[in-house]
Parts: sequence; C-alpha cells; structure tokens
Amino acid sequence: MAPTAAPAARPLRVAVLGNPNAGKSTLFNALTGLSQKVGNYPGVTVERKSGTMASDAGPLELVDLPGTYSLAAHSPDEMVAVDLLLGHVAGEARPDALLAVVDASNLERNLYLVSQLVETGLPIVVALNMIDVARARGVAIDVAKLSERLGAPIVATRADKRTGLDELRRALAGLARRPAAPRPTPPYREPDAIASGIAQLERDAAPAWQHALGRPLHRVELLRALVDVGGHAETRLAALGANGTNGAALAAARATAGATPPLSAVEAQGRYRWIRALVAGCVERPATPPVSWSDRIDAVLTHRVWGSLAFAGAMLLLFQSIFRWAQPAIDAIDALFSAAGSAIATRLPEGALASLLVDGVIGGVGAVVVFLPQILLLFLFLGLLEDCGYMARAAFLMDRLMARVGLSGKSFIPMLSGFACAVPAVMATRVIEDRRDRLATILVTPLMTCSARLPVYTILIAGFVPARTLLGGLVDLSALTLLGLYVLGIVTAMACALLFKKTLLRGPPPPFVLELPSYKWPSPRVIGLRLLDRAKAFLLRAGSVILAMSIVIWAAGYFPRDAAQERRFAAERAAIEARGPSEAVAAELVAFDEATAAAHLEQSALGRVGRALEPAFAPLGWDWRITVASLASFPAREVVLATLGTVFSLGSDVDEQSTDLRATLQTATRPDGSPLFTLPVALSLMVFFALCCQCGATVATIRRETGSWGWAWFTFGYMTALAYAGSCAIYHVARVWA
Amino acid sequence: MVTLDQLRPGQGGRVVRVDASPAMAQRLAEMGVLEGTLLKLVRAAPLGDPLEIELEGWFLSIRKADARGVHLGELVGGS
Repeated sequence: MAPTAAPAARPLRVAVLGNPNAGKSTLFNALTGLSQKVGNYPGVTVERKSGTMASDAGPLELVDLPGTYSLAAHSPDEMVAVDLLLGHVAGEARPDALLAVVDASNLERNLYLVSQLVETGLPIVVALNMIDVARARGVAIDVAKLSERLGAPIVATRADKRTGLDELRRALAGLARRPAAPRPTPPYREPDAIASGIAQLERDAAPAWQHALGRPLHRVELLRALVDVGGHAETRLAALGANGTNGAALAAARATAGATPPLSAVEAQGRYRWIRALVAGCVERPATPPVSWSDRIDAVLTHRVWGSLAFAGAMLLLFQSIFRWAQPAIDAIDALFSAAGSAIATRLPEGALASLLVDGVIGGVGAVVVFLPQILLLFLFLGLLEDCGYMARAAFLMDRLMARVGLSGKSFIPMLSGFACAVPAVMATRVIEDRRDRLATILVTPLMTCSARLPVYTILIAGFVPARTLLGGLVDLSALTLLGLYVLGIVTAMACALLFKKTLLRGPPPPFVLELPSYKWPSPRVIGLRLLDRAKAFLLRAGSVILAMSIVIWAAGYFPRDAAQERRFAAERAAIEARGPSEAVAAELVAFDEATAAAHLEQSALGRVGRALEPAFAPLGWDWRITVASLASFPAREVVLATLGTVFSLGSDVDEQSTDLRATLQTATRPDGSPLFTLPVALSLMVFFALCCQCGATVATIRRETGSWGWAWFTFGYMTALAYAGSCAIYHVARVWA
Repeated sequence: MVTLDQLRPGQGGRVVRVDASPAMAQRLAEMGVLEGTLLKLVRAAPLGDPLEIELEGWFLSIRKADARGVHLGELVGGS
C-alpha cells in the first residue's frame, strides 16, 4: 500500500539550537544559503530567522533560535526558545524536529542543552560541529558509538568548510520520514528532589494553571517554574493569579524538593552525571592537552600592555574605517543622487511634482542609501571580530569601565560605533544577550557624537567661537569647544545609561559569565551573508520609514502655495530674464530664486509651525528661522545646513566649507537690528544638536531592533527633552558669562 | 577557605561551594561550575577585573565580585 499522502500544505519545520560559539549561525547559513527570512517574535527583542533547505524528503523549514547554554529562562527573551519548542508562540506551529549544534571541542558542556532538548520529546539530529578543533586538541570522538548511546543521529560537521552537510541533510530527511524521539542509554533520570517537586506541582497547582491558561502545561514548563528561581516561567505562572495560591504552591514544591544545594545545582549535577555516563568510552583525551595556538594568541591579546595596545589599535581601525574609509563611497552616493535630482529637475516642468521627486523622493532615498557604506564597513569589521573570537575579548577588556554605569563590557563596541553612526551601532547591540542591558545601550547610543553632527559643529564653531588660544597658544578655543561637545555626548550617554538602569530598566544585574571561545579563522561566506542580511534589513525596514518621513517633511516645507503669488513670482522672474543674457542678469536671477525660496519656506506649513513655535524656542535664544531649520532636520540632522541656507536666502547648495553661509549667519539680525547669532545662540544650537535625536534612520532602526515603536519614540522624546533643557541651560549660562 | 578571586594566575582549586544570586548560581552550574569542578585562574583583565578562568579545557570570564562567592578547597599548581 502506498504511504498515506501527507498534507503537502506545510513543509516540515526544524528548530536549530545550540550554545553560543558552537558555530550554529555558520551551519544555519550553510544549510539555508540565501533563502533566509528575518523577522521578530511578538513582544520580545528576539530576531526570528528562518530559511528553507532542500532534502530528499522535500523542502524543510529551518528556524534559527538564539544561541543559549540552557533552556532556563530569566527573561521573556530567553523564554522564546522554550515557548517555540513547546508550540506556544502565537502564529508558530510547534517544530517537528530539532537540530542541535554541538561544539565537539567542548562536548560535555554542549550536551547540557541536548539533555534538556531530549525532554521536549521532539526528534533530534545532532551536528557535531568543529570536529577539527577537537582533533587539534587531541580529542578523539567515536561518533557512531555516541550516536547509538544517545539514540539519535549524530553527524560530524565542519560548518566553515561545509563538510558533513550532505550527511546532515540526509539525517534530517530521514527523521522527517520516520519521526522518533531519542531514547538514550543510559536514560536520563531526573534527580529525586526535582521529580518530587514536579509531582507536587502537577498535583496541587497545574490544574488551576492549565484552567487559567486554557491549554495543557508541558512538564518542561513545570520544571523551569520549579528550578529557575525568579525566572520567567515562575513570573508567568504567578501572573495568572489562579486561586491566589501560585506563589505558595511553588514555594511548597520547592520546600518539598529541598533547598540545599539549590535546585539549579541539583539539576546541573544530575545532567552532568548523565552526560559523563553517556560519553564514557566514546571520547578519548590526551593526559596533557597540547598548548594550542589559540591559547598563545590569547596570552598576548589579553595581556596588560600588549592586549591594551592591540585593543586600542583595533578600535582605532574600526573608527577609521567607518569615519574615513566610508567617506568616498558616501560622497559618491551623494553625487549620484544629486545628479539624478538635477537630471529630473531639468526634464520636468518646475512645480510640486518635480519638487516631490527631487527633494522628497530622491532626497529621501538618498538619505537612506547614504548610510550603507558605514553600515557595511562596520559590520564587515564587527563580523571579523565576532567570528574570530575577539569580540568576547573586547568585552573582557572593557567590562570594568562599563560596569561603572551598570552595563557590561559587551556594550562597549556598540557605543563606540555610535561615534561614527548610530544606525549600525544600534544594530550592533545584538551581541548583548541581556534585554535590559541591550535596551539601555540602544537608548543612549544616539547620544554619542556621530559623524553627521560634525558639519554643524564645524560651521558654527568657525563662525561664532572667538579665534582665541589658551595655554600659551597650545590649544585653540574652537578645538576645545569641539572636544567639549564630544565629551558632552559621552558624559550624557553614561549618565543616562546609569539612570535608565536604575529606574526604567531596573532589575537584578544579569549574571556576567562570558565564554572566551578559542580563536578561529573567520569564514568569508558567513560574513558576506551577514552583511547582506544587515543591508537588506536596513534598506527595507528602516528605509521605508525614513523615506516616508522625508516626504512628510518635504510636503510641510513645500505646501501650501498661493497661486496668485506664484504667478506674480513667475512674472517678475520673466521680467528679469527679458533684460537679455548677461552676467548681471544671471546673478540677479540667482538672488531672486533664493529670495522666493525663502518666501516659500516662510509661508509653508513648516514655516508657520516655526513661527508658531518661536515663543517656545525663545528661551533657547532662537528665532523662527533657527526653529524652522532645526525642525526640518528632524529626519536627518545634516539637513540643517541646507535649510539654514534656504531660510537665509542663500539657496540650499551650501555645506560646512561654505564661507557664504558663515558670513550670512554672522551678519543675520533680529527684527530689532541686534545680531541673531551670538556666541550663546551658537552654543545653544550646538548643544541642541549634540543631545537631540534628529535622525529618522536611528528612530526607524530602534523600532526595528526593539520590535516596538514605544522604545523608538521614547528615545526620541527623552533626547529632545534633554536637548531643549541643555540648550536652554547653556544659553542662559553663556549669556551671563559672556 | 580560599575563594576564586584570591588565586594567583596559574593556580587552581576544586569547587566546594558557590554562593551567588539564584540567576548567577544557575548560570555557573549550567556551565559546569559545580562541587568538585577544577577551576584555574588564568589571568585578570588589564584593568584588574574581570577574571579569566579555565575549566575542563575551555575558558570563561566572571567578575571578581562573583568569584568571591566561589569557595575552593585542595589548591593545585601555581608557584
């Protein structure tokens, strides 16, 4: 008889799990290639990554879960793995099978997670990865014997060299045809204390919980609730409020199980005992392991002197790459989009459509694409650091500093990257596993002085900071001002991080247990795929938001227009042109266009809002023109120079080198004839730009990385408030002092 | 009793007891820091904290404050 036709609606789903540094991502990439889809799980900051893999049992869907040492969960993010394995994630079917990626060079510790996976009752295939590293350490593993003991297929792989993949595909396909949960010999026996605790929970509390949940509770959930003190399973069951006895039921079950040593240690001892019995006779180790090249490199790279020097060098290189090496590409992209804009402007009749296309759409798309060089370079660099194992060393070296503001060493590199650009820096926070630490880092990274702030600082400092030297001609006052602005960004970021960790993101400090993996050669393919992934994520998810914001700000700066006035402008312009071609006429036309542009901006919605808000920004020393320029630069702060150019009738074609703009700003006056840009006003504007989140790309990226608009708007809101208060303070202090 | 933070680089000892917050104790236990495990202090970070520890042929880093809760007996190695 032919086998029953399986419903062809859904391919078989395989969840991929493994410890961090076991090469899980590399293996996932090697199996799924370019078919990956990236999204977010609802309500958490965990990325959902899936891809399809061909096998002789038809296509399989692989779902990549974040690297983890255990199923114990102390945060909603960590609970995602348990929920997914048990089929409790909304809109996600329960996986049909598991692929456990295990680091062969660290077998026992990696099998810890496998021992927990066995309890889910799902079929498992084990990829014994990095088998070459194990061999180099003189470790010999009898794969066939171990596979027989575990009662599940084990395939030796080298994900970086793509060896063992075909065999792995066959094993997964075989499992798809004949699903069977592993039956290890010896079987894993739960320690008595834990078994009795769970039995008591099943008897006394589970019925009420299941009733409140409306679904059965898996034994694994009860185990996690019992063992993980203060963990997420406990929190979630307590929040059910069923019968009001949850806390008591859990406490009673824990009392039954006994408290010394803690249950978590009892669980770990039980699992390691089983693991030792499982691998006994399957693994051979030399009596004295050879000193590996990795250990020798580590002795240098974590050395007090050489390690610090190497770290400073690496960070300098990182900084240089995103700050300077990206510049030619950024300039080329800028030039390309300006050329496209001019090409369209000359072919289309002047009007709303041309303006929308040139200033709204092309300007908006340009504002998105211009971030790509920095994103790609930063992630190339971070990918190399991460893949070769140095990232963990960087966290090791910098932890002491970051611990002072309540963060860990893992926050250092993302925050440092913020000096170049907050967009890739926020994306780089993915290396931070702890949700609160990651959020705190995301929230403060936009305060670091990014490269887009520099043009604003340059022109305002050149224009308004007196050319004075201090310390006997050693230091320029302008250089000191620039340094001060950088320090302001750093100090504010640190203070805010500390504040957030003490208030909004308060909680027990995450356990700092950092694995220092052995060094290895990075794989170009993996890094390439990751670059592609980051670029795609930014262009598609953040790009659409940035483009929309650019168009909104363009419309606000363009409309409304008065038809009668437009006709009058056109007539006046024609009258000038009629005087025939000459240099004087050409110059007059330019001046006329600049004046009409200024008039248009003034009567636009944006101009009106600027005027309406003038009183609100008066305490900062601003008039409506500065207000308009600042408002217009909320999607992208570098726009402020162009807007200042327009609003002061210079045309928008100005940059920080423009002496015209500097001279115009210096001579601009208030209605009463007093100079507009005094030193206090310039300082106030610079401090505003230092502290404000005027970057649509950053807001959109925070929304993407946190999976919520809430955190994105919170960042925007607190930074704007901070900027307002800071500007106000510096303006009044400088007025008294100057 | 000696605690992990008091070792000299190169010195090791067997774990007798771990005093830590529930989350920290659990993470350490899962990674194999259990009663009877041999731990060796490799080095401290250049700024003095955290510490690099070797166990079972691999390396992990914990902070001094947490290392103070790892009680050791039967010291070995280190001169």
